Amino acid sequence: MKALMFGWEFPPHILGGLGTASYGLTKGMSQQEDMEITFVIPKPHGDEDQSFLKIIGACNVPVVWKENDWNYVKQRIGWIMHPDEYYWLRNGIKYDFSRIYTNDLGCIDFSGRYPENLIEEIGNYEAVASVLAHQLDFDVIHSHDWLTYPAGVFAKQISGKPLVIHVHATDFDRSRGNVNPTVYGIEKRGMDMADHIMTVSDLTRNIVIEKYHQDPRKVTTVHNAVEPLPDADSFTKTLRKDKVVTFLGRITMQKGPEYFVEAAHRVLQKTNGVRFVMAGSGDMMEAMIDLVARRGIAHKFHFTGFLKGRQVHEMLAESDVYIMPSVSEPFGISPLEAMQVGTPSIISKQSGCAEILTHAIKTDYWDIDAMADAIYAIVKNPAMYESLRTLGKEEANNKKWYDAGLKVRAIYNMVKY
Amino acid sequence: MKNICFYFQIHEPIQLKRYRFFDIGQNHYYYDDFQTEDRIQRLVSQSYMDANHTISEMIRSSNGKFRCAFVISGITLELFEQYAPEVIDSFKALAKTGSVDFLVEPYAHSLASVFNEDEFSKQVKLHADKINFLFGIKPTTFFNTELIYSDEIGALVSQMGYKTMMIDEAKHVMGWKSPNFVYKNALSPKLKLLVRNWKLSDDVAFRFESSMLTAEKFISWIAALPENEQIINIGLGYETFGMTHTAESGIFNFLKALPYHAMEQNIGFVLPSEFTKKTEALDALSAPYPMSWVGNDKDLTPWTGNDLQQEALNKLYAVSERVNLCKDKPLKRDWLMLQSSNHFRYMSHRDAWGTSFESAYDAFMNYMNILADFLERVEAQYPSTIENEELSELLKTITNQEKEIELLEEEVTKLKARKAKAIKE
Repeated sequence: MKALMFGWEFPPHILGGLGTASYGLTKGMSQQEDMEITFVIPKPHGDEDQSFLKIIGACNVPVVWKENDWNYVKQRIGWIMHPDEYYWLRNGIKYDFSRIYTNDLGCIDFSGRYPENLIEEIGNYEAVASVLAHQLDFDVIHSHDWLTYPAGVFAKQISGKPLVIHVHATDFDRSRGNVNPTVYGIEKRGMDMADHIMTVSDLTRNIVIEKYHQDPRKVTTVHNAVEPLPDADSFTKTLRKDKVVTFLGRITMQKGPEYFVEAAHRVLQKTNGVRFVMAGSGDMMEAMIDLVARRGIAHKFHFTGFLKGRQVHEMLAESDVYIMPSVSEPFGISPLEAMQVGTPSIISKQSGCAEILTHAIKTDYWDIDAMADAIYAIVKNPAMYESLRTLGKEEANNKKWYDAGLKVRAIYNMVKY
Repeated sequence: MKNICFYFQIHEPIQLKRYRFFDIGQNHYYYDDFQTEDRIQRLVSQSYMDANHTISEMIRSSNGKFRCAFVISGITLELFEQYAPEVIDSFKALAKTGSVDFLVEPYAHSLASVFNEDEFSKQVKLHADKINFLFGIKPTTFFNTELIYSDEIGALVSQMGYKTMMIDEAKHVMGWKSPNFVYKNALSPKLKLLVRNWKLSDDVAFRFESSMLTAEKFISWIAALPENEQIINIGLGYETFGMTHTAESGIFNFLKALPYHAMEQNIGFVLPSEFTKKTEALDALSAPYPMSWVGNDKDLTPWTGNDLQQEALNKLYAVSERVNLCKDKPLKRDWLMLQSSNHFRYMSHRDAWGTSFESAYDAFMNYMNILADFLERVEAQYPSTIENEELSELLKTITNQEKEIELLEEEVTKLKARKAKAIKE
């Protein structure tokens, strides 16, 4: 089975959860013996792990025919792609894309991020998809998230191969209901055209069915998993006098940071010996600092700013409680990461990962009383902490991408035959 | 002649309300009365009243030949008195027929038999008194909470003066032995054991609908047992009738038809104590570790299986001595209510039967908040600055004094009697 996947991010250069999930899923699927994955991303950096799949950078795929010397091509992109491959892909140019601005090789410059002209970049990605669809050999097309739906749809129209789309989030999650019509249009068309839709949680599945009017039979939930942490034991917890409760993520409306501050306020009214940390950055950070000051808990409440890479796991491992009060979270992989390093998690019921976790505390995102109660119970009660720690760790480590990969494979088989 | 010994268990705990940590020290009322009443009323209207009615009719139509025993926890009796006194009246009427017996268990349906001997015997006495007060019957047969049994518990029960105890058929205790005989305790041979027939009991309790069981079929199974197996103990939760299997499933008609088919096959009905009185025990059973009647493993894991449950139980029973010293009535009532085994079962990850909490953790958090408040109240009465040893010394002196006084009083009455005799002569 050969799959052509369109993605937007791939580790180590990631901006959100999409990259992590793409990596985990493809790695899990690559353990199936006859699985060949070609993963397209707008702009690879060359340090991606290609041991289990092939990565094609859209920014190195020619969409406009330009004559170039072999050595010149080697000098320009040889560090990431073999010149012969460039020439071979060039044969897949069947349409005139000269309206698009291209460089000397006939390739499009992608930012690979989420720039101002995102919609334009999504369109350009379609052009690349057309070249690949003509030239590559594959059995199924798999598009990750709305940015790549148009590319997937175009590839399906050209090749006639089935299209599976993977909904990692919808615009309803990002906007708390104020949907951007353009984005909705792209999402809806992708779903309509898809042979099958995969969602990361039942929560998202319901949104896809209700808000995008999809046939429930066409929508299947494939819960995310978590990549085993090889150096989980290298993260240590320093003995401290005070317990540490941590919020980690973008400080935006979607993540519900204000509920964390209010819960912290509740806990601090009753007890000392607890400190609260808000790690990350975002458009609500200043408002949160204000709120903390207004509640008079600034002496126990700390902001770390943006953390990345190893710092994230270090912060999680140092914490006694991890809390994710997201208002709407399609899946939310970070509680699983916290549990991997043995940190008990409190998650909102409005998170997709709540569907598959038993050894985590679940509360409504608005229920600051319940949240405060859970924080109090974990920091004050060693039995509670130890239970959540050991059983949670075991549970998180049992959520394997391999199993998720098998589910995806079953869907491939279904759409193919 | 074969005999069926039916006994029905009724226990519905008082439900705890949502109690947050900021309530600790502020609010000393722990119960969700609405939920408790709702559950009681539902059980009463769907199950207990109809079942009682059916059984009283069975007794009448069989001229008292149909006999069965009930075990109703003390807490539940209190809840009936409060919310559904008609059930008490109906049981009183059953008690009057003479065909019904009441068994004794720890008052609060607690795990005291495993965790605290003193508390265990206190609760048993409390329950026996309650039954005597309500139904005018002095219970002689023992039914421990969830049929928890071990050799030691059996010995304790025997010490309290009970001659018969119900236990469950657990593979690791019974081995190849048939449950349909009378056995005895390994440490105290005076205590006879009646073993619940696991298969036949569950056939009614859980498989009635799925196996389309009829009274005729059920009795024919019993009739087909070897001739020398003379007592078949069928123990059921009373909610089997009307709740687990609704009236529409025909469970009441099944029950009603039992005596007719049994008599046809020459099978009788007995009360536990009746049968053990006239029958010798076949063999001693050895159960070094506590067992129960729940699940396939029949052990204590549903209540004590994980760290949360252990923690809660240890914290609770650590103060039993102190609570027993108290004379504060509300505190003592709370002490009983908090001991119900259900609260701990709600903390089980795998088998939280009957829970209204979202998870084991939720149940644990709520219980521990309540317990924290309760412990503060105990602490206020007996500060922990007084060492436990010191306290137990005091306790010992007090109890010894009581025992001494009892002995002396006995002597006084004896002497008085002798004196009266002497004077007469």
